[in-house]
Amino acid sequence: MDLPEEEFIYPGTRACAGCGMALIYRIALKALGAKTLVTVPASCLTVLHGMQGFCSTKVSVYHTPFATTGASASGIVASLEDKGLENEITVLAFAGDGGTTDIGIQALSGAVERGTNFIYACYDNEAYMNTGVQRSGSTPYGVKTTTTPEGKLSHKKDMPKILEAHGIPYIATGIASYPLDLFEKFKKARTIHGSKYFHILSPCPPGWGYDPKDTISIGRLAVQTGFWILYEIENGIFKLSKPSSRYLDPLKRKPIEEYLKAQKRFSEMTQQQIKVYKVYIDNMWKDIKRRIECQN
Amino acid sequence: MYGRMSRKRDYYGGGEILMSLIENQKTNIDNDIKIITGNHAAAHAFRQARVGVVSAYPITPQSPVVEKIAEFIANGKLNARFVKVESEHSALAVCCAASATGSRVGTATSAHGLELMYEMLPWAAGNRLPIIINLATRSLGAPWSVWTDHSDFITIRDVGWIQYMCENNQEIYDTNLQAFKIAENSRVFLPSIVAYDGYILSHTMMPVKLENQEEVDEFLPPINHHINLSNISTIKGIDPVTTPNIIKRIEGTAPGYYEFRYALQRSLENSIDIIKEVHDEFTKKFGRSYGNGIYKIIQTEDADTIIYAMGSVASQARVAIKKLRAEGLKIGIVSLKLFRPYPYEDLRDFFKDKENIIVFDRDIGYGYEGVLSYELKAALYSLKKKPNIKGFIVGLGGRDVKTEHIISGVHKALNQFKQGIFTNKTDFLGLSLDELNDYDESNYFDSR
Ligand SMILES: Cc1ncc(C[n+]2csc(CCOP(=O)(O)OP(=O)(O)O)c2C)c(N)n1
Ligand code: SF4
Ligand SMILES: [Mg+2]
Repeated sequence: MDLPEEEFIYPGTRACAGCGMALIYRIALKALGAKTLVTVPASCLTVLHGMQGFCSTKVSVYHTPFATTGASASGIVASLEDKGLENEITVLAFAGDGGTTDIGIQALSGAVERGTNFIYACYDNEAYMNTGVQRSGSTPYGVKTTTTPEGKLSHKKDMPKILEAHGIPYIATGIASYPLDLFEKFKKARTIHGSKYFHILSPCPPGWGYDPKDTISIGRLAVQTGFWILYEIENGIFKLSKPSSRYLDPLKRKPIEEYLKAQKRFSEMTQQQIKVYKVYIDNMWKDIKRRIECQN
Repeated sequence: MYGRMSRKRDYYGGGEILMSLIENQKTNIDNDIKIITGNHAAAHAFRQARVGVVSAYPITPQSPVVEKIAEFIANGKLNARFVKVESEHSALAVCCAASATGSRVGTATSAHGLELMYEMLPWAAGNRLPIIINLATRSLGAPWSVWTDHSDFITIRDVGWIQYMCENNQEIYDTNLQAFKIAENSRVFLPSIVAYDGYILSHTMMPVKLENQEEVDEFLPPINHHINLSNISTIKGIDPVTTPNIIKRIEGTAPGYYEFRYALQRSLENSIDIIKEVHDEFTKKFGRSYGNGIYKIIQTEDADTIIYAMGSVASQARVAIKKLRAEGLKIGIVSLKLFRPYPYEDLRDFFKDKENIIVFDRDIGYGYEGVLSYELKAALYSLKKKPNIKGFIVGLGGRDVKTEHIISGVHKALNQFKQGIFTNKTDFLGLSLDELNDYDESNYFDSR
């Protein structure tokens, strides 16, 4: 199967070369189609769209302040319901990790608790990139940012878990390195009524410190080392996605060092810190294993 | 019948509750006089304006607005979506997005709720979204207080909203209906806030004539918005942005921030004419007027001395001038209804041949003086013959504004004018400093 040819983003956006987020956005819009209304907060995605009268996308875009992505989606959905258009138009909220896991977490929690019928996609480049690479609640352990020059001391928030606690019908993780997996997930989410949440790792050449041509391979490494796990949770049922399923076996995973060493943001990590990573990844997978066994 | 009685007169229903009307309340809601609170007057106006989306968060003293709207929706009396959000910041974010999607929307709040909305206020104005907020005014903490003053109302004066202040429950209902019509006018497209004193109006029952729905519909037709994101088939490519496309350059690019903001300011300035037009149209249709729609005047014809105030303070002054006139003073009141856009031309025109103005502010522009006072001084600066002006601070945190405070303020001001004393230093009326032991003005913290 291939992705459809029709594009909903014009060429020549203002995103950096090799931007993972731009790929994710393209794939998402291909899956959701022309009848999509997007709401976007302050982030690199605002920059991609352009400002004040410019817009690089073919779908309607509402630009909302940083903390309000979830609330703005609620407002759009309420207005569509007011006009009887709720089944005609898909509402997509698309925000960065800062806008999702930090400043926008309250509005997002409120929106999904109310069962708002929309898709929320967080593209996670693991820092505040738009304002110059400051740490976010989603920045991983050990990462150097402009506000964590010594390396971040805590692990990233497990945002999908927080969303799961809201009891929403669909949660998925993704990455642009596996475009069909991501595309299929968005297609599925479109058919489900209620709040749908995506958490998508989004490699970022300037923020992570690697060559723009390597965006796809870095993303693959994230999956192959077991750092980034692709899965879906549909009505509470957890399912590992195909690209990740073989890494349930620890022996199949590539060493985490391959992923860390490919990026400047992890430079100068000590052996001790790398050990912390190994434990962290093992624990994530142990949880998943337990969960799958319980379900069977 | 009560409506007819007040035809062609400034409507002032404050204080006179007709108990007989309470007993006579009919089951039919509209085209009838109801005895209701200010909050419920606001809720009824939203119902009859047929708002499509409401989003609000409870706060004292606004909460009954939200509860009443929820009840209207539950009873099928209002066909609207009510988004019950987790904060006021989200409430106004919902309103903005719903308005941009083409619906008529509104909300209500007080004090801390309004401050939490703050980020969204310039956003709504910049996107030219005709949202209506009802504000039951309340003081800002700390210290914690749920009682009225106008501190919350004045904090949003620089963000591009139309701001109205009401003096009675009928005025709340009437101003809401007008506010939607004005805000949605294609020459305006601006968000607006309709304010009324917390508790003094929000929780006090007064007779309010609710108009016949058909006539309200005639006065206020469905919204014809400048932006409607749900029109996805007509919005294509380069234009699907939220900000309105006011001017286009030859290159096809939209203008910049500066031009958007220029247009916003011009629309605000020009809205004064539309506010007057809509007020006149309302008066013709429903028989009630509020001065010229900008300010209300009380016994000013022969007056050389004018009390200038807003909301509950102006209401209290109505009682005070009876006594002051009995003393032989030629005194009247200007009660400001339109706070933004600031009606400097109307005020200049009115005050050009007045001698003395005494301003009572239920607010402070902290570090300077009462906002009504300093804004009026600035507005009248260009008059050839400048009136004497003195400002007083009254009633912060709901402290009673008593008739005798106003009377003593007038006496003090007139005395100072006689002696040629003019100062911007704030003068508080109704303080109880003597109840603070050993209070030392020069060293508050060490004096305890
Ligand atoms: C209330 C508020 N605070 C701060 C900002 C400044 N700001 C804009 S974007 C941004 C970071 C965005 O980070 P993220 O959501 O991760 O998106 P990214 O830029 O990484 O794509 C910040 C801090 C803002 N726009 N609004
Ligand atoms: S900084 Fe990173 S996320 Fe932002 S546009 Fe550039 S590559 Fe994309
Ligand atoms: Mg980010």
